[in-house]
Amino acid sequence: MTKNEAAPAIERAVTLSARGLTKVYRTGDVTVTALDHVDLDLYSGEMVVLLGASGSGKSTLLNILGGLDAPTEGRVYFHDTDITGSDDRGLTAYRRDYVGFVFQFYNLISSLTARENVALVTEIAADPMDPAEALGIVGLEQRIDHFPAQLSGGEQQRVAIARAIAKQPAVLLCDEPTGALDSKTGVVVLEAIERVNRELGTTTAIITHNSVTAAIADRVVYLGDGRITRVDRNSRRQPAGELQW
Amino acid sequence: MIHALDRKVLRDLWRLKGQVLSIALVIASGVALLVMSLSTYEALSMTSSAYYERYNFGHVFANVKRAPRTLGDRIRMLDGVQTTELRISMQAVLDVADFPEPLMGRVVSIPEGRQPSLNRLVLTSGRFVEAGRPNEVVVNRSFSDAHGLRPGDALTAVMNGKRRQLEIVGVAASPEFIYVLSPFALMPDKKRYGILWMGQEALEAAFDYDGAFNDLSLTVRRGTDTRKTVLELDALLAPYGGTGAIDRKDHLSNWFVQNELAQNRASARVLPTIFFLVAAFLTNTALTRLIATERNEIGLMKAFGYSNREVGLHYAKFVVAIAVLGIVIGWVLGAILGRMSTDSYAINLNFPMLIYRPSPFAFVIGALVSLSISLLATAKAVRKAAALPPVVAMNPPAPPQFRSGGALTRALIGWLDEPSRIIARQLSRWPARAVVTSVGFGGAVAMMVLSLYFTDVVDELARVHFNEVQREDLALGFNEPQSSVVLNEIGHLPGVLSVEPLRIVAADLVAGYRTHRGTLHGVAQDAALTQVFDVRRGALAVPEHGVVMTRQLAKKLDLAVGQDVEVRVLEGRRPVVRLPVVGVYESYIGMFAYADIRAIDRLLLERPMAEYVNVSIDEASTAELLRELKDLPAVSAVAMKSVAVQNFHDTIGETLMIFVGFFGAFSFALGFGVTYNAQRIALSERGRELSTLRVLGFSRGEAAYILLGETTLLACLSLPFGCALGYVLTGVFINAGGFQTELMRVPLLIEPSTYGVAVSVLLAACAVSCLVTKRWIDRLDLVAVLKTRE
Repeated sequence: MTKNEAAPAIERAVTLSARGLTKVYRTGDVTVTALDHVDLDLYSGEMVVLLGASGSGKSTLLNILGGLDAPTEGRVYFHDTDITGSDDRGLTAYRRDYVGFVFQFYNLISSLTARENVALVTEIAADPMDPAEALGIVGLEQRIDHFPAQLSGGEQQRVAIARAIAKQPAVLLCDEPTGALDSKTGVVVLEAIERVNRELGTTTAIITHNSVTAAIADRVVYLGDGRITRVDRNSRRQPAGELQW
Repeated sequence: MIHALDRKVLRDLWRLKGQVLSIALVIASGVALLVMSLSTYEALSMTSSAYYERYNFGHVFANVKRAPRTLGDRIRMLDGVQTTELRISMQAVLDVADFPEPLMGRVVSIPEGRQPSLNRLVLTSGRFVEAGRPNEVVVNRSFSDAHGLRPGDALTAVMNGKRRQLEIVGVAASPEFIYVLSPFALMPDKKRYGILWMGQEALEAAFDYDGAFNDLSLTVRRGTDTRKTVLELDALLAPYGGTGAIDRKDHLSNWFVQNELAQNRASARVLPTIFFLVAAFLTNTALTRLIATERNEIGLMKAFGYSNREVGLHYAKFVVAIAVLGIVIGWVLGAILGRMSTDSYAINLNFPMLIYRPSPFAFVIGALVSLSISLLATAKAVRKAAALPPVVAMNPPAPPQFRSGGALTRALIGWLDEPSRIIARQLSRWPARAVVTSVGFGGAVAMMVLSLYFTDVVDELARVHFNEVQREDLALGFNEPQSSVVLNEIGHLPGVLSVEPLRIVAADLVAGYRTHRGTLHGVAQDAALTQVFDVRRGALAVPEHGVVMTRQLAKKLDLAVGQDVEVRVLEGRRPVVRLPVVGVYESYIGMFAYADIRAIDRLLLERPMAEYVNVSIDEASTAELLRELKDLPAVSAVAMKSVAVQNFHDTIGETLMIFVGFFGAFSFALGFGVTYNAQRIALSERGRELSTLRVLGFSRGEAAYILLGETTLLACLSLPFGCALGYVLTGVFINAGGFQTELMRVPLLIEPSTYGVAVSVLLAACAVSCLVTKRWIDRLDLVAVLKTRE
């Protein structure tokens, strides 16, 4: 596949760009190729859904894009900066300043309230929004001083989204954000992500194995056996509220 | 064939090896201390009783001015008396070739050609003195070793004012002189104080004691009340100038041996307990955490059909394995340290042989105590694991509940940044755990304070004794009280600046039915070289009338200022008088009573006399003065203060460094064990949170702060408590450990610098633990942690 095939109709700036990404895991005599020469561009303000079965390499790709993991081969450019060669300090700064993460299991700090979990990030960010504002965007104004144990799963995930966007990141990377939730709650969470993408213009990538989710994306990238097998463009992004599974 | 579950125990131990080892080391420290103290106690106790038994150490001892040997028959007639030994025992000045100072010695008579019947000698080389050879002498081993003297060598002694060239024919040890202390001395000095055994006839001739004796020891038959024997002996010896008989328990050498035994017993009791309790706590937290992470496994085991008992047993084995590891390390360490400690006694005390053959007792006790404390402390956690229903076990535990807390907490937490809030909430969520970690760390600080305290106390004892009480440069003693003529003579020796007389007369001090057998010191009112020194109030004036005495003596006699004490002098014309107690003062050493020296002269109806003189000298003429002193006939004892101070610090310094080293290492291990465990458990529970923070853009240092900051905060908070506990522990230890006795009252004085050093060392232990844990935090696998549910 070439770059042009998957390019959006209107030329937009590229936020993240991967070239020839390969990741090989070796445990003992067993070698697993999780990613096999993947090229991908994420455009500014774009919403991309990465679809694939378990073991297709989608999480590995997201981790490398987010600066959590290093590729065995290949390069990742953030705007025009090559982050592949960065040391731990450089990757930490990259994550701190530009990347927002949302995980399947929320990963909230249990000893901090919703507001404090968000403040955890805003305190070290360069140009953050107010924690209350971020929680407002995900619809949690009323639950701001609750501890994680006092929140439902969907609410916890929305706190995690607020935490991820409060720093006004350049990219929002979501790894199975609805994986631990029932469909109704999952829709609410996707609505929050959609709103962030629309209102803040944050480049967003969502990993999922739930193909229904694909409808809310600008582009859908299919992964299998560590390669990109197909890229679809949605002519119309379906609102998350209309999804059902 | 190892069962699968046992294999799991081994793997768990290996996986948690850092924690397991740190707990095992704390247990090992406790076991080692216990084994060391108990086995040293056994070695000392068994060796000394065997020694006393085999070499007929006396039961009762007495000194008399001069009594006819025929009195021996009447002594043997006393009820219960078995064997008596009548001797001549005198102080002498010795001169060993090439040694610049005059040395002190005690010359003791033995029958020619054979062993005495009591206080027999252990001849380590040479032979006994023979009849008709009056210059033959057997010397004690530590003195001969210190000077490299061997049978065939010569030495000079000034006896009864005459210089005698003596030939060493044997080297020996005696149960009577295990601990050899010269007059004036605080510490034994092997080089400057020797014991010489000479033939009885030779000594009778040398001191004009034909058919007479001045020293006696006796043994009694089993079941005899020695208190009665002492009284009867006193009555019998009084007309001959008896200065009061004493029981074996008051015999100086034996007293010190018993005191060492008491100290070892106290070490065995007080200190290991702290280690065992801390280890028990650590094992409990480690096991509780292990069980929490293995809920699924427990559920699985149950699903497979393992019984509650089998599951409980599985985790109990984990506890037992840690304890056993600690016990085995402790056994080996304890046996090595016990041997070292026993060897050090063998060198410092004069045992002919000190056999280190520890009985199983110490080892079994150490193992049983640590094992049972560990099992007891973890019983609840083990029972909980065993009782976990399989369905519950397969589900993750409910997330921990946090609350905002009251208005005060909110206000306090309000001004913290988020990472610090995490720390604050963790502490308030698990207050018991925080308290126990602090207490454990505080215990380590306390132990360190205790070990360093001994350097403070030695400095303080030396300061008071050498700078305040004994202010002379040189002290001289005489076998017979000397008149002022001799004082004048000494005053004219080269380099002598001033001379002050000192009387020390044997006396029973009596108040009602209470009696203290001791001495009355006579000091001149204007004395500058010796002071009645109160450790709190400073120097006190010597009263014109009446006595001042140490608080300890006043307590023993139940006397207060203003009351009378009956003084029964045991010398001269043996007057009995009642004197008012005009002052009571605090002292560290001895049970002293002071009176004006002239008042004592008047009491004894004697012209001015002195048994001792204190001298201040011009340092430039020291060498010349010492040479002249070697030839001064009346002098039987010479003690240079500078030498005594040096010896004090040398002797005690070495032992002290070893002691402080041991205990310092143990408390460091304790502090490290407590912090390291707290951190590893926190890391295991909250590794996920730390990874999240790292993913969110926190640097390694910032992430580590949350975890290491918590334990460091607890360590810092525990410091004041640890210092206070150190003070209390030191108090308990010196009260239980034979440091508060008639001869010595060790003050509970801890220098601020001691707390400072203890705190610094333990903070260093905490820092080392932080560094080790930091390496684990740096290695956290960000991706793996986030992909899995806890």
